[in-house]
Amino acid sequence: MNGGSVLDDGFALRCPVPLPLGAQVLLGHGSGGKLTAQLIRELFVPVFGGDELARLGDAAVVEANGVRLAFTTDAFVVKPMFFPGSDIGALAVYGTVNDLAVMGAEPLFLSAAFIVEEGLPLEQLGAVVGSMAEACERSGVKLVTGDTKVVERGSADGLFVTTSGVGVVPDGVDVGPERCRPGDRVIVSGPVGSHGVAVMSRRAGISFETEVASDSAPLTPLVRAMLAAGEIHCLRDATRGGLASVLNELAEASGIVFTVSESAVPVLGPVRAACEMLGLDPLYVANEGVCVAVVADKDAETVLAAARAEPLGAEAEIVGEVTEGRAAVRLRTGLGTMRPLLMLAGDQLPRIC
Amino acid sequence: MRFVDEYRDGAIARRLLDEIRGMVTRDWTIMEVCGGQTHTLVRSGIDELLPPQIRLVHGPGCPVCVTPVALIDEAIAIAKRPECILTSFGDMLRVPGSSEDLHMARAAGGDVRVVYSPLDAVEIARRNPGRTVVFFAVGFETTAPANASAVKLAHDTGVENFALLVAHVLVPPAMMAILVSPGNRVQGFLAPGHVCAVQGFTEYEPIARDFGTPIVVTGFEPIDLLEGIRMVVAQLEEGRAEVENQYVRAVTREGNVPARRVVAEVFEVCDRAWRGIGVIEKSGFRLTETYRHHDAEVRFPREGAPASESEVCIAGEVLRGRARPHDCPAFGERCTPEHPLGAPMVSNEGACAAYFLAGRSRAEVST
Repeated sequence: MNGGSVLDDGFALRCPVPLPLGAQVLLGHGSGGKLTAQLIRELFVPVFGGDELARLGDAAVVEANGVRLAFTTDAFVVKPMFFPGSDIGALAVYGTVNDLAVMGAEPLFLSAAFIVEEGLPLEQLGAVVGSMAEACERSGVKLVTGDTKVVERGSADGLFVTTSGVGVVPDGVDVGPERCRPGDRVIVSGPVGSHGVAVMSRRAGISFETEVASDSAPLTPLVRAMLAAGEIHCLRDATRGGLASVLNELAEASGIVFTVSESAVPVLGPVRAACEMLGLDPLYVANEGVCVAVVADKDAETVLAAARAEPLGAEAEIVGEVTEGRAAVRLRTGLGTMRPLLMLAGDQLPRIC
Repeated sequence: MRFVDEYRDGAIARRLLDEIRGMVTRDWTIMEVCGGQTHTLVRSGIDELLPPQIRLVHGPGCPVCVTPVALIDEAIAIAKRPECILTSFGDMLRVPGSSEDLHMARAAGGDVRVVYSPLDAVEIARRNPGRTVVFFAVGFETTAPANASAVKLAHDTGVENFALLVAHVLVPPAMMAILVSPGNRVQGFLAPGHVCAVQGFTEYEPIARDFGTPIVVTGFEPIDLLEGIRMVVAQLEEGRAEVENQYVRAVTREGNVPARRVVAEVFEVCDRAWRGIGVIEKSGFRLTETYRHHDAEVRFPREGAPASESEVCIAGEVLRGRARPHDCPAFGERCTPEHPLGAPMVSNEGACAAYFLAGRSRAEVST
């Protein structure tokens, strides 16, 4: 018999000391999960201050001359630049448009800044810009100002794009996590995880038999239809960090409990298969055309029907509900047990948007 | 989805639970060896649904968790060499070494790349002929065939700048070490299905016989685990101690013969240190003489201070099934997935991370 002699009780059983935290920025700080939240809360918010920033919504809503403006900015570093269903250019437009849309705003104007690496084929830059123009048209927004910088080879990975956008919030529209109430229902507007898996499928070493396309699309028409159909308390764009991260942000901001049923969350078959294979949880994988709506119970079915009447919302589902209690997200598993759905600690997939 | 949905079916789960409740007459302690099984158990809440007589303890089957800190330090040292590229599966990057982890080494300028297959690392070596590409070969018998194939490919195609940092460990010696350790409470095992898909299960037959311990080769979905538990409980209640195979859709008695052949060609059995447990004789792999020049430890002998470990966490007790994660005073407080004190809180397969992610708190679960 081998091995028996070494496991005496005197053997030192030890693990390493905790590492000093925060000497350098780690990739996980950009994951959209817990580390990102910590960086924002501890480094950015205290420095800039202000109620608008501290609200940490998808966009800030500010008032100017009696008009409520939604204003947001977003940087795009997705790798690779082109992936099934979309590219960095369209993503940069839809990402910002969607951040405005989920504040209930009508997106109007965008700016764009391009950080280009020396040596990038002009043809690729042209393709990205062409795709942006198309996305602007589809979203009904105008790109009205921009900036270009070129950095030496090796200082950027091809192309990084930053967009900012403004929109007007119509009178009578008021959405925000503070309006979530126990009894509300949670609607997810479409199948989750497609964007993250589409980008991932183009990374080195991974290919699938069925091509998964990014869901990148403007949410504006869908949001408009849902807002018109009933009392919506809050909307969120389920991008980086996926559905689970959005629900955690909502639970924290509203201070109540969100419960979702695992089996109710729509996930496309090939996305599920890819996630199983890669060991990813689709609830944490990024989307670029999916929103989460927290809706008054009485209007849940009407809003769901309105969402389903829109092309982007055809597979919308009611996935859960809001209840009393201390801020938390809980998941009802297929076996009927409950477990918390936590915020992701580090990065599940870096550079996904 | 076929092969997934039917193994997560609530009605089948309830039937299996009823069968287990119907046959259990006394207390039994069962160890699921593999960390992937631990995660399924706590994610789906199976441990809460089982009758109170059945106590599940978690085994050492998390390769990330049992990789010694000295090897992690070695990987970090290699990553920091400008002439090297260190390639690894993603979950090794967050495992703390003596003073830093691979994420930090990368943030500090080390070339650390996440790959999904060791063959990708060979490809990186081919494209970077001026640098040495080291793949951090962590894992049990499951990953050994792919790692062996990568070394063989590099060897056969003259990719001399490819090396393996070998941290391979083997399941059966660890199971025996647990069975003979003083204070052992384990009465039956759920053996790791993926390991057996490669190795088959003939090696487990003498263990079941000599120690009188039932062993059921078990899969990773909720229904697999419930069925495996039912089969172990049936053996325990009937006084049998055999190797049975629950995971028939993936495992045969002989295993994957071509995979075993390539492993036998490239690797040989050696003594290995297990983090938190110590050296276990004949419990791991190293490269055979023919392939030894692809061994990163031969190319870059260890230097510097010996690895240091703190005295806080009880990972060794957890990995041997003597304590459960929430028995640790640091669990969920000083030790979390963001600030892990020990490797079991890091990996997807770590028992402590499984408990944490399933929301088990010290106060809630401690009994």
